[in-house]
Amino acid sequence: RKIIFEKQWFYLDNAIGHIYGTTFEVTSGGNLQPKQEVEETTTETKEAGTDNRNIVDDGKSQKLTHDDIKALKDKGIKGQEIVQQLIENSTTFRDKTEFAQDKYIKKKKKKYEAVITIVKPSTRILSTMYYAREPGKINHLRYDTLAQMLTLGNVRAGSKMIVMETCAGLVLGAVMERMGGYGSIIQMYPGGGPVRAATSCFGFPKPFLDNLHEFPLSKVDSLLSGTFSTETLPSEPEDNMLVEEEEINELTEEKQTSLHETEEELTTEAAMEIKQAEEQETMDINADDAEFKENKEKENKENVREKQRKQWERRKKLIETAALLREKNADGLIVASKFHPTPLLLSLLEFVAPSRPFVVYCQYKEPLLECYTKLRERGGVINLKLSETWLRNYQVLPDRSHPKLTMSGGGGYLLSGITVVLDKGKADPSSLEALKMEEPSSKRCKVQDLNC
Amino acid sequence: MSFIEYGDTIKDGDTAIVFLGHESMFPVKVQHGTVTQTKYGVIRHSTDLIGKKYGSKVTCSKGGWVFILHPTPELWTMNLPHRTQILYSTDISVITMMLELKPGSIVCESGTGSGSLSHALIRTVAPTGHLYTVEFHQQRAEKAREEFREHRVEHLVTVTNQDVCKNGFGVSNIADAVFLDIPSPWEAIGHAKSALKAEGGRICSFSPCIEQVQRTCLAMEEYGFTEINTLEILLRVYNVRTISLQIPDLGKAAEANSSTGFDSSDPSNQGSPSANLQQGTVQFKSGVPLREMVGHTGYLTFATKS
Repeated sequence: RKIIFEKQWFYLDNAIGHIYGTTFEVTSGGNLQPKQEVEETTTETKEAGTDNRNIVDDGKSQKLTHDDIKALKDKGIKGQEIVQQLIENSTTFRDKTEFAQDKYIKKKKKKYEAVITIVKPSTRILSTMYYAREPGKINHLRYDTLAQMLTLGNVRAGSKMIVMETCAGLVLGAVMERMGGYGSIIQMYPGGGPVRAATSCFGFPKPFLDNLHEFPLSKVDSLLSGTFSTETLPSEPEDNMLVEEEEINELTEEKQTSLHETEEELTTEAAMEIKQAEEQETMDINADDAEFKENKEKENKENVREKQRKQWERRKKLIETAALLREKNADGLIVASKFHPTPLLLSLLEFVAPSRPFVVYCQYKEPLLECYTKLRERGGVINLKLSETWLRNYQVLPDRSHPKLTMSGGGGYLLSGITVVLDKGKADPSSLEALKMEEPSSKRCKVQDLNC
Repeated sequence: MSFIEYGDTIKDGDTAIVFLGHESMFPVKVQHGTVTQTKYGVIRHSTDLIGKKYGSKVTCSKGGWVFILHPTPELWTMNLPHRTQILYSTDISVITMMLELKPGSIVCESGTGSGSLSHALIRTVAPTGHLYTVEFHQQRAEKAREEFREHRVEHLVTVTNQDVCKNGFGVSNIADAVFLDIPSPWEAIGHAKSALKAEGGRICSFSPCIEQVQRTCLAMEEYGFTEINTLEILLRVYNVRTISLQIPDLGKAAEANSSTGFDSSDPSNQGSPSANLQQGTVQFKSGVPLREMVGHTGYLTFATKS
């Protein structure tokens, strides 16, 4: 399969069988494996100036013209040699300081020596990548903020977590990585189905999916009030498939643009998914005009049966998930979505056991201020904390260490806290946090009874 | 209870966190017949704690009350007895993610110090991973061992009492990640490399001073580590407040202006809005930064062995 990354295209076939972290050089179409350590480029020109008082920017210091350089490239000359040529033909190079020479070489190398490294997917890699490439898809959740969420939420093996996210499945994937297949996760989803484009990039083994459940957000109210029934599914499977398919397509697009982190297993996996999606699509079409096309009738019947089976399975899973939620003993709640956090929190916290952490992410501070106030009014939570992290990267080189020139302007805000047993009946007059029962619905009383 | 598994009810021998309110809390070791004094009165473990649910409100003898919380590494970090300077959860979060730790990971750490990071590492690598931690101070090593036993995680951790710069981690080719929080990390980079798996792994070094970072980076480069990256993370905490700002009286010209501009936006204005402009205020919610915040803990330098 052909893949495009950073204006280069290549095939991954040659990369199979190498260990993660191997660096490759791109030739015309395939991959070539150069040595891990390219010997220090021999720039014996140890001559260097001390300052730039005599360097004038006349635009004529580079003696090679654009056409010359293009000619070199067309001849398929190694990038390393082009860089060497550029240096030799630069009149000012010798007058530059040693540091400036270093910088010059680095810049040219970046342009002419195309190397790619194939690494294993992880939360570190994927969250850094998403933040750099597709911040809009993950609500501008910066990777250090995600790290805080995992810690504040005490995410670990054996827990029963509730996750509500619209971050392409990145947060879900991060939680799954930390749980290592132990315990269970219930993903609450809006619309027709959960989005897991980023999750599939992790390449989790199949057993990890066994304890991954999903539940439609639009059914939460009925579940809380006890009127939940499985007869009315939130959406027809068709919608669901379409959503998934769309996501998969997006994913493959992503693959093509962000190969930096892709690995061969993943690609084949994605390819398989696409095939599946295509199959489903044709199936849908078939189901729609099932009346005509005699020769396809038999096939259609099978498809309909298959569809019914899938629907039935979905319903069965939904019942299981509803039962898990009804126990109201989840070990934590993680929210990172494009929705207003307050209603999500007020409802979803009902499913969490006492003395468990919860974390809400929001790109903006103001909704969390409101959420903070509403949670105080509701009670049943302590140690509420609104926070933000700042991340600063450094350049560390001998005699040239300083913070990097640019840093990220914002990575979102977190509201975290710990659940406690809700006060029964009237609020304690001596209470530290005035527990104003704003909306004493019968719903909540029921919840308390179950909880205690 | 355990630091690596949630339990519902408080049992004899548990470590629990007593939450007094406003970030004030402390750990207790739950024991039959023991009492704990708080500013709200006495807590009798046998009757007030044992058998109760975690997260319950416990009424003390003077009528005041506290919440009893299930221990987590984060709560422990806020409450542990300091034997050294410790790492806090903000740095720990980034370390854990950047070292790519997960259940099953094998981690080497030095020094153990007060065990703040150790508990977080154990939580993350459990139930199949392991932590090898090296502490050259004998008393601290002993104390850490005791704590791990008390917290029922001793099967996931090995404490070694030796000098990591001279003798290394006592293991080789088994670690997925190495963490160094020692005064001269550059002297331990070689040992770190040999502790890491042959197929590679991640390393992190925590240093407060840039000179230490400088030397560490050089040593990492020398030993062939790649992807060397130094960063710093700062936590900003906000207090949620309702602020009211008075509207200045600018005389008659401003009168018309402010009565149209602000009254509609804030119906909860005290006094009748149109009559008393002198008293006019605008209220809003704000996240106010704390007056003082942690400005620097340390630089975190990460690298990959491949």
